This record gives sequence, structure tokens and C-alpha cells, in this order.
Amino acid sequence: MAVKITIDGIPIEAREGQTILQIARERGIHIPTLCYHKDLSPTGNCRICVVEVAKQRFLQAACVTPVWEGMEISTHSERTVRSRKLTLELMLANHPQDCLVCDVSGSCELQDLAYDYQVEVPKWGSKGTRYVADSDPNPFVRVDFNKCILCRRCVLACGEIQVRNVWGVAYRGFEEKIVAGADTTMLDARCESCGQCAAYCPTGALTDKMTYGKGRTHQVTKVTTTCTYCGVGCQFDLNVKDGKIIGVTSNPDAPVNGMALCVKGRYGYDFVHHPERLTRPKVRRYLLEGQAKPKQISKSANQLWEWVETDWETALTITADKFRATRDASGPDSIGFLTSAKCLNEENYLMNKLARQVVGTNNIDHCARL
Amino acid sequence: MSNSMEDVANAAQAALIIGSNTTEQHPVFGSMLRRAVNKRGLKIVVADPRKIDITEFAVLHLQQNPGTDIALINGLMYIILEKGWEDKAFIEERCEGYDEFKATVKNYPPQKVSEITGIPVEKLYQAAEILSVNRPSAVIWAMGITQHITGVRNVMSLANLQMLLGNMGKPGSGVNPLRGQNNVQGACDMGGLPNVYPGYQPVTNAEAREKFARAWGLKVESGKVEGSEANLQPSTFNLPDKVGLTVTEMIPGLADGRVKALYILGEDPIMSDPDTAHIRHCLEAADFIVLEEIFPSETSPYADVLLPGVSFAEKTGTFTNTERRVQMVRKAVEPVGDARPDWWIIAEVAKRIVAGGGRQIAEGPHAGWDYPDANTIMTEINALTPSYGGITFARLEQGKGLQWPCPTTEHPGTPILHTKQFSRGRGKFMPIDHVPPAELPDDEYPMFLNTGRVLYHYHGGEMTRRASGLMAVYGRPLVEVSPLDAEKLGLEGQQRVRITSRRGSIEAEAWVTDRVPPGMVYANFHFPEASANELTIAALDPTSKIPEYKVCAVKVEVV
Ligand code: SF4
Ligand code: SF4
Ligand code: SF4
Repeated sequence: MAVKITIDGIPIEAREGQTILQIARERGIHIPTLCYHKDLSPTGNCRICVVEVAKQRFLQAACVTPVWEGMEISTHSERTVRSRKLTLELMLANHPQDCLVCDVSGSCELQDLAYDYQVEVPKWGSKGTRYVADSDPNPFVRVDFNKCILCRRCVLACGEIQVRNVWGVAYRGFEEKIVAGADTTMLDARCESCGQCAAYCPTGALTDKMTYGKGRTHQVTKVTTTCTYCGVGCQFDLNVKDGKIIGVTSNPDAPVNGMALCVKGRYGYDFVHHPERLTRPKVRRYLLEGQAKPKQISKSANQLWEWVETDWETALTITADKFRATRDASGPDSIGFLTSAKCLNEENYLMNKLARQVVGTNNIDHCARL
Repeated sequence: MSNSMEDVANAAQAALIIGSNTTEQHPVFGSMLRRAVNKRGLKIVVADPRKIDITEFAVLHLQQNPGTDIALINGLMYIILEKGWEDKAFIEERCEGYDEFKATVKNYPPQKVSEITGIPVEKLYQAAEILSVNRPSAVIWAMGITQHITGVRNVMSLANLQMLLGNMGKPGSGVNPLRGQNNVQGACDMGGLPNVYPGYQPVTNAEAREKFARAWGLKVESGKVEGSEANLQPSTFNLPDKVGLTVTEMIPGLADGRVKALYILGEDPIMSDPDTAHIRHCLEAADFIVLEEIFPSETSPYADVLLPGVSFAEKTGTFTNTERRVQMVRKAVEPVGDARPDWWIIAEVAKRIVAGGGRQIAEGPHAGWDYPDANTIMTEINALTPSYGGITFARLEQGKGLQWPCPTTEHPGTPILHTKQFSRGRGKFMPIDHVPPAELPDDEYPMFLNTGRVLYHYHGGEMTRRASGLMAVYGRPLVEVSPLDAEKLGLEGQQRVRITSRRGSIEAEAWVTDRVPPGMVYANFHFPEASANELTIAALDPTSKIPEYKVCAVKVEVV
């Protein structure tokens, strides 16, 4: 059923049951939001998305108010703007004034709104910190409730996306705060360290601990790629600064997973820069000295079994010569190829071509079986 | 997967999760299923000897004895037939082999099945009813089904169940194996198997051989030479027509001399293959092993040459996920040190072998090895692999990935398989009987060992053991022991235990938890200091050659 409404004087046909925010977004009309996120159930608790509806005494939260026939909405009336400014002022009054050193400066929705509405921290506000910063031992999620605006996105992200229900709201009035389980640590509250709560948090209250202090959003290059771990095939953005991966952020357009990731995909990237990475080809000394392979290699203290770093040409030539000699002496089926379920399609194709075309064997397999 | 993950999560009314610890092994799909339970009341039946996390969201948990999946499925199908819940129209129109199959299922009445599986009769009835009443229902499985000597037959059993219920080719239904590693699907699709070329074109099929021989500049068996090719210098070498060795045959082949040299790309047999002691012995017998890796893995002590490849973050190309979706992998950082993309390394080795002579390669449209980038390789894949024919980088760069079959650049991809017919025409019911596992507990080794992975680690752990946060949460191997067994063993809290099988022994800290049933311990293979594969048995499924990782007999002692 069509419902005729006007938004800022523009006549619009909405569908019955749509909220003001939904139809406004559909039509490209901007209404600011903070606690609202399209993936999560709207709660209407931050009061930033308030709009004025003709003949209504109170301002209405656009994210939870359904449209009705004849509704006349104004999104930026003087009254709404004043109300939003006041809401922001109250939030900032309880917020540390440390954007200069805050990790999410530049990607903080509170900061953006303060800028849009030109609201500064009120003189009467911000009487110092109330909570210990970095208060949770979870190795991935950094918790700083001084920056929390009680929007409850984390509660919904954990409850509705991850479906783990770690976060809740406890205490009343000024003491109201977000807690893990019965106000314990995240891991004790059965957190799976997926980082969804940090990804949905609009402020610096929940952030990625591994990224903390390493770079802000405008300093990084984001490269969208596919996870190297399981077969779900989640996509995300690698955040790169100075040639190093400093973090992973969700990419809302990821086809399989949207914003969701698991602990391995989101936080398991630092192996890439691990000091044990192999950086140069190595061959056993016996190969360089034209000797026979030592017997009983696993117990070998034999010098001929030492690794020697070489250039690519040497290592590639030795490898190719050995394979060719083995093929010619013992037949193609004396060579086996273990290709890799961790490598690219293109690389697996080449292994198949190498085994079949160049060596002439079908001895190729990988650990699908394992 | 015959269906896609989103489709199962959005459209299935019920799901049987059997042999998949979904929330730990495929966590994001696990959370999609939890959402489906919460939001729209998806009914999950879990069949797993362990009380895995997803059981919290299940309406029913069947704790079958290890290695009794066929009996369980046959038992459910017996009840479905008894109640007349089968989809008669689907069976009539789309399937064959029904009568013979039915005769076998008749041998699995609930009482007998209950004795074999240890599942109470009324739970069998409940499960059959949930899956029949709430259609479409999807079956989801992983290695818990395939890693048995009956792995292939387990899978056929599940296909029987889905055909019987008409759960094929429609949204929210289907047979949905979850692939363990990120690109297992792609490695299979690209001919990383001993019996098929890319796109599952059999090496035993003369036409397929001819096609690849022409493309790759080898001798064409039929002798037919077309057009301009007549002028080319012919090769005298054929593509081999005999199926090659599987990994579980290749490595033992080193010990008996059938295989002399191995090229290992990014795999770690010491960690991932069964019966580690035997694997060590085999690798040691090799004449020559080249290992292309990013870390000095547990297998590197056995390698003669180590070639430094790169991680996913240092190269561009594609992966194919468990639902056949091909997606871009993009280079984000430069290779560390002098490491090189693996495709470059493979091509350089190939060029040098070819240049050395001995097996002459003629000209052919795809005979050469000059690849400036992965895109060029994909173009060759497009030309030779019908199901990947339309999957180009240009399309992937724009869209949301493409699910094969995608034969042309106009084709939108295929989210659901078998909508009109099965790949072989009619779906064939297979009569399948229960076979007990290769090794059962006895007086000397009285407990079952079950093995697998945990949320925080991945496969042999080469990458995750080098990820600082993951190690902070799960930094040492743990063996799950049930409270009842802990009491019997006199185990108090987090003490160390020694687990011994006929093949080896490991020591690790015990985690006393009711996730495992009494009589079973569970160990993972992420840590070299206590890898479950020191204990596992190399008993193979006769068809797939997959080892029976999920069942063997052990004894447990407190250290
Ligand atoms: S990390 Fe994930 S599981 Fe843990 S609290 Fe946040 S959303 Fe919940
Ligand atoms: S922690 Fe973040 S997401 Fe949670 S209520 Fe506070 S500001 Fe909102
Ligand atoms: S993020 Fe987790 S669930 Fe997603 S692909 Fe990676 S390992 Fe799998």
C-alpha cells in the first residue's frame, strides 16, 4: 500500500510500514544518525535522527517511526537542528577531548557529527576520565568506555550478527554502562573475538587493539581481498601503511560476509610480517658441491646437509635439473606434485600444467583429503 | 556446495549438520546459521559425537558413536519410508536405482540403528520428523563425514537422504560440504587432482587428453592435425592416460621407491598427514624434495631446496570458496625480502625443465610459460575450463565474484546446482551398508580419539602459530577429556596427559569438558609439539584415499 507523505516539502510515495529514515535514505534525503546501522535493529535511543512531524508535539526518531498517510516531515527545521546540537553537546560533555591522539579520529561518527553541527565540548563538561582505558584483557578488542556514547550498537552487533550476546547494558542513570556478561571480561563472557562489536562501534570506545597507535584511516591504503583461512571466502580490506599491514577492516560490500568476519580473518594477519618468513631461496650444501645426498637426513649433523642461501637462478636451475634428470632416468611417474589448497587458482592451474605437460605425470594432488 | 551459504541461511526450514563444527571451522557461516535460528526459526539437527558449540542452537543433538554415520542415515531413511514422508514425485521424475536402495534401507530398523549408533530410538524418530516436516531442508557437512574409511559412502548416504526428501535443486536444500581450506575448491577445480584436468575433465577420457594435448603442444593421439597446426613441429610425447597417485599414496611411494622426487607447494605433510612417524620415514627416503613455502615449516627439515613463496597479501589472483564463488585476491604489500609469487616460481621452474630438453613441447595455443601476471593465466584457464569460461578478472573486478559453472562472459554464474537435472542425468540412489571404523577401542587402547581444528587455529598452524593475538588466546595444544573420564583417570584440572596409539604418543595439557562424550578424547593438529597426527591411522577410504582421521583407538594416562 502506498502512503503519501512529504519530506521537506517534497511529495513522496512511501510503502506502508517503512520508517521515515528508510524512505528518506531511499530518496537520497540526508537524515543524520548515530546509533542506527542498517544491519542492526533500530532502537531510536541516541536521538540524533529526530525529525519534526507536523502536528506532533514531540520530535520523532526517524529510524523507528513508521510513515503514515499525509505525514509532513521536516528533516532540518530549526527545532531539529537545535535538538541535535543539544544531544551532541550532552554526549561530548561526557567524552574525553583527545581526538588529537584518538585512533579513530577521521572514522569516528561522533566526530563527524560534531563537525557537521559545529558543536564543541561544552565548558561545563568533561570532568576527566571515569573508566580505565584499555580495560579488557582481550588481545584483539581494545575497550575504552570513556568514549562510549551508549548507542548499544555493540550489544546488537554481538547479539544479532555474531549471535553470541556478550555485551549488555547495566546500571542506571549516570552509572549506566556497557558490560560484558555479568560485568566480567569479554573472554569470560564467552567472546569469540570476532571483532564485530568494534567494527560497528561508531566511536573509539571499541577498537582493534592490534592496530592501536599504528595509523588512522586517512593514513592507510585499503586493499580489498579474500581471506586466506577457511573456505567461507570472506572479503575484507587490508589496511596498509608504509608497506605493512596494520589492520583489517570490514568491507560492507563483501558478497559472502558483509561486515562479519571471524577472529582468524580479522586478526590473524600478522604472520605476513613475521620474522621467520623465508626471504631467500635455500639449497642444501651437497647440491652446490655436486655431492651425493647424505643418508639419514633427519639425524644429520652433516655439513653437506646445511642450508645455503642462494640467488633465484641457482635454486631454480638446481630444481629444474633434478626434476628433469629424475624424469629421464626413472620416468615421469617417479615425480609427485603436491599442489596447495592455500594458493591461488592460477597457481594450482600451473602446477597441473607443470605435472602433466612438462613432466608427463598425473601424480598431482593436494590436501583436500587431509 | 550445491547451494550457496546465503541461500541455506535464508531459505532452509531445517538443516542437518553432520560432521561439521561449523561455528569453529567456518565461523562466519556458523554465525549466519545462528542468525537464521534467531531471526526465522531455522530448525537445526546436529549429529556429532561431540557437544560442539552449534548444538546450543539446535533443536536436537544426536551423539552417534564414531564412525556410524551410514547406519544413522539409513535409520533416518527407514523411518522416512515407514512414515511415507519421501518425495515420491521427485524420486519418480529425477532419480533411479530406488528399489535396490530401498531394500538396503529396510535392513536398518530403528532398534538396530540405535544399537549401532548409541542414539535412542525416539531421537531417531524426532530427527526424521524434523527434517521431513520442515522442508526444504539442507544437509551441511565437513571433514567429520569425509575423513573415514567410509567417507565416500557417507557422502552418498547423505545424497540418498536428500533425494529421498526431494531436497535438491531448490533454494534452502541440497548437499553442502564445507571445504576446509580457503582454496580447496579451487585446487580441485584447477586440476590439482590425479584423475582430472581443470574443470573435472577426466585424464582417462581421450577427448579431454586430445584437447589439452593440442593446447599444450603435445602429441595428439588421434593423429588428426588441423589447419595451420600441420606446419608445426610435432611433439612425440603424450599426455598420460592413467590416473596418478593421491597424496596418501605418493608419500608412502617415496619409501617403496615408486616415487623419487616431490614438488611440494605450500603444504606441510608432517603436520597434516596421518601417522607422522611413518611420514617422516617416507620423506627421509626421497631423492629430492623441493618445498615452496612462506615459513620454515615442520616439513622443511626434509627438503633439499626451499623456495620462498608469498602470502595471500603479496599477490594478485583468485580463490574459489566453498560455494564455488570465485573472488579476487589482491596484492596489498610487496613480497618480503626476495620472496616471489608462487605462480612466477612455478613458471620459472617449468621453463628451465623445458629448456633442458628431453620431453619436447611443440607450439600450441597455450604451450608456453611466459606469464607476465595472474590475469594471463586466468585467460588460459578460461579457454580450457568450460565451467570457468566466463570468469575473467575484468568481471571479478566489478562484481561480487562469480559462482561456477559460468561458461561465457555473459553468463551470470550458478548459485544453485542441479535445479533441472543432476550432472549425470538422473540422480542415482546407492545402496550403502554400515562398515565399522578400521580401528576400534580394545583392552589395550580403550578410548576413541577424534581429531580436528579449533577456532583460533588453522590446519598445521604454520600461519596461526605466528599470529600473536591468536597465540595469546590459544597458545598451546589442549586435549579435550570428558569429566567422567577425568575422574576415572584421577585427572585434576589442567594437568598434562599422555595419549598413545599404536603409532605414536603425545603429551599435552588436558581440558576437562563435556564437549567430548565419555570414552573419547579430542586433539588438534595445530602444534608440532603435540600433533594429533602422531596418533592417527593411515587407514584410507578405498575410493577417495582420505585417511580416517576421525576415529582411532588410544590410551590416556596422567603424566
Ligand atoms: S568480539 Fe565478537 S563475540 Fe566478542 S564481544 Fe565483540 S562481537 Fe561479541
Ligand atoms: S561501546 Fe561503542 S558501540 Fe557500544 S554503546 Fe559504546 S559507543 Fe556504542
Ligand atoms: S574470516 Fe573467518 S570465516 Fe571468513 S573466510 Fe576467514 S577464516 Fe573463514
